[in-house]
Amino acid sequence: MNKHFEERLFVGLMLASLAFIVGVLILILATVLIKGLPALNLAMLTQTPRGGYYLGKEGGILNAITGSLALAGGATLLSCLMALPVVLYLQVFAKNARLVELARLSLDVLWGVPSIVYGAFGFTLLLFLGLRASLLGGIIALALLELPILVRAMEEVMLMIPFDLKEASYALGATRLETSLRVVLRQAAPGLFTALLLAFGRAIGDAAAVLFTAGYTDRLPTSLLRPVASLPLAVFFQLGTPVPEVRERAYASALVLTVIILIISLGARLLSRRLTKYMIR
Amino acid sequence: MTGQRTRWRLRLDRLAGRVMAGMTIFAASLVLLIGLGLLARSRPLLDIQPLGELLTASTWRPLRGEFGFLPFIVGTLWVTGLGMVLAVPPCLLSAIYLAEYAPRRVRDAAKTLIDLLAGIPSVVFGLWGILVVVPIIRDFVTPWANTYLGFIPLLRSDNPTGYGVLAGSIVLAVMIFPIIISVIEEVLRAVPDGLREAALALGATRWQMVKGVVLRRSLPGVIAAIVLGFSRAFGETMAVMMVVGNVPQLPRSLFDAAYPLPALIANNYGEMMSIPLYDAALLAAALVLLLIVLLFTIVARLMLLRAVRRAT
Amino acid sequence: MTNETLIQIRNLNVTYGSQQAVQEVSVDIPAQQITAIIGPSGCGKTTLLRSISRLVELVDGVRVWGEVIFEGQNIYDPRVDVTEIRKRIGLLAQRPFPLPMSIYENVAYGPHIHGIRKRQELDAIVEKQLRAAGLWDEVQSRLHAPASALSIGQQQRLCLARGLAVEPEVLLCDEATSALDPISAQRIEDRLLELKRDYTIVLVTHILRQARRLADYVIFMYLGELIEHGPAEQVFNHPREARTRAYLQGELY
Repeated sequence: MNKHFEERLFVGLMLASLAFIVGVLILILATVLIKGLPALNLAMLTQTPRGGYYLGKEGGILNAITGSLALAGGATLLSCLMALPVVLYLQVFAKNARLVELARLSLDVLWGVPSIVYGAFGFTLLLFLGLRASLLGGIIALALLELPILVRAMEEVMLMIPFDLKEASYALGATRLETSLRVVLRQAAPGLFTALLLAFGRAIGDAAAVLFTAGYTDRLPTSLLRPVASLPLAVFFQLGTPVPEVRERAYASALVLTVIILIISLGARLLSRRLTKYMIR
Repeated sequence: MTGQRTRWRLRLDRLAGRVMAGMTIFAASLVLLIGLGLLARSRPLLDIQPLGELLTASTWRPLRGEFGFLPFIVGTLWVTGLGMVLAVPPCLLSAIYLAEYAPRRVRDAAKTLIDLLAGIPSVVFGLWGILVVVPIIRDFVTPWANTYLGFIPLLRSDNPTGYGVLAGSIVLAVMIFPIIISVIEEVLRAVPDGLREAALALGATRWQMVKGVVLRRSLPGVIAAIVLGFSRAFGETMAVMMVVGNVPQLPRSLFDAAYPLPALIANNYGEMMSIPLYDAALLAAALVLLLIVLLFTIVARLMLLRAVRRAT
Repeated sequence: MTNETLIQIRNLNVTYGSQQAVQEVSVDIPAQQITAIIGPSGCGKTTLLRSISRLVELVDGVRVWGEVIFEGQNIYDPRVDVTEIRKRIGLLAQRPFPLPMSIYENVAYGPHIHGIRKRQELDAIVEKQLRAAGLWDEVQSRLHAPASALSIGQQQRLCLARGLAVEPEVLLCDEATSALDPISAQRIEDRLLELKRDYTIVLVTHILRQARRLADYVIFMYLGELIEHGPAEQVFNHPREARTRAYLQGELY
């Protein structure tokens, strides 16, 4: 085969593949938009389902919207509290090389663990603690899910901080803790915030982890110890109903969820681009 | 002579160090903790039926106390395997284009779109699967396959619903596009430019250079990406569950329904506590998933290390 | 040594984004001689060199305009097959980059991609070029060992053999000895002096002494502009321009 012809052939295949992938993305977004937009109205966004979420014709998805925000918000907070010490240890304090190595391996594995396993484990934990499916349960499961993601993203940000900066702080006699809090975290703050956004986005879209641990309900989240609704489960549970009005709620949930995630994803990207524009590499 | 304030600062520093080390130890042992937790609750079943037997038994009748994971494992393999077959070629080609051919603007735009795809939640993929993929399979692909390819048992359909292995694989393939593309692209970019220039300076076309030099050099990394993608696909739950049919059988054709392991766990959480040993069985299934991911992660990690060492 | 020119560069300009690396350069490269492009760092000599075989366009954001005429054709004409040009104008880079294959396959790579597939022909080419590069004796017993196992000096000679295997007419050398130890550097220089009988060589160097040793023709560049060019004897001993003189005396860097 003529070498130029072969190249043109394969480049053609490459472009076709890329176009296909982009095309699928557009198709998915279009599907969500086409089905969800007609279902979206003020009532949908501001009311909870009436008459039971599976069969009740009236009401909206406020339970799921607030529930998801509470779940993802709480989980991101909890996960951040767990991830920051780990990242600071790995990047600043690290004394025991074996611990560092082991932690990295563990975090690598955790990063790949499917969310259903986190859900199953969360369920075991809840039984062990004598709790039932609740907002707290969902938060714990999601926090564990987010942990490896946050650690990885935060470490990436920290790695961009030049060593000279830390060295300058130590040279002035600062302790590791002071250097961490006053220099490293401050320098990395915007990047860390972006990492939190990304983790939040991951958590809010997850169904498998909250399936066992958060339960579902028609009501708004009022207590940590009661079940809470979430947008992904709102789609999952309400899609298979015979009642068309309930299906509308499922489409609306999918649209709201997708919009939230798109905003977070694009927002995080824009933020990180603006923040790294002035960095000297 | 250290003053009061300095002593206090040092003590705080030491305390902080210890807290952080403690948290890191927790993170390091989390995999173990999860494994032990799942193991503990699946003990009641594993004491009667050891893991090996559980994996190879093929009947699933929880009401009779018969728990066999085989149909689910086979189902997972079918869907994941076909999903990989569908995903890897376009991903490889796209990654090569982005790493070797695309001008910077195109690459940035494409990466943004791929990131967007990566962020779409599982249930939305499932929704798309139900609304788009399943009808296409049901109304177009199934009758067409039956008419023209029906003599191949693999492609014959006894299932008119459209929910089956093919639907699950297509949805799964789309979901793992982002991770495979981004890892392969990174691996390709790690190859030094001097090597590319050396090949091009001899009069190679860009494709000859990519085929004979870049790909050859990054082969371990590409394989690692595929292993990573497989590991991700294996555990994917919601989207596949919504389109795959969920019938515990050993599929014989692409159009047959299947029941992947994660779907088993997710579907039955409701009845889990009412039937004896059911919860132990489902948690044992979760444990199996964990062990598989552990294995794959270690393998992929080793391969990526080799790839990076080779390329630099 | 003939007196004809092989390559005519006319009004060549190269910019990287907003930075102009080569400005309005016009010069003729004489055939079957060693031409040295000298000048302080950042003066555009590497860019000029790489423009001769259109390798400079591999950089993202680069713009080239002007003409480089080789055998009657402007190589920058879009209708020209750039892979043919690169086959006939080879490159020896500063850092040796052996391809991820065996020693044999490295040398055979070039002929192979240009269509020579027969084993016997390739064997003959591999031996001939490894001898020409002065590497044959050291590797003939392990032709199928990976090329990465060679020392850096041997790798550079391998890259030389590899470049010669496609039978170019011109060989471009970009600081080809600066990454090497003095002994390997000397061996490469000896090879080049022998090769100029059959090839036209253009080399870039920041080592003035190397230029004095090797060059028949000299091009001096400063800040992207061509300051002076001519036969080596004339430029080194009787430079016309003040800046040339300053550089030769070590005052410009």
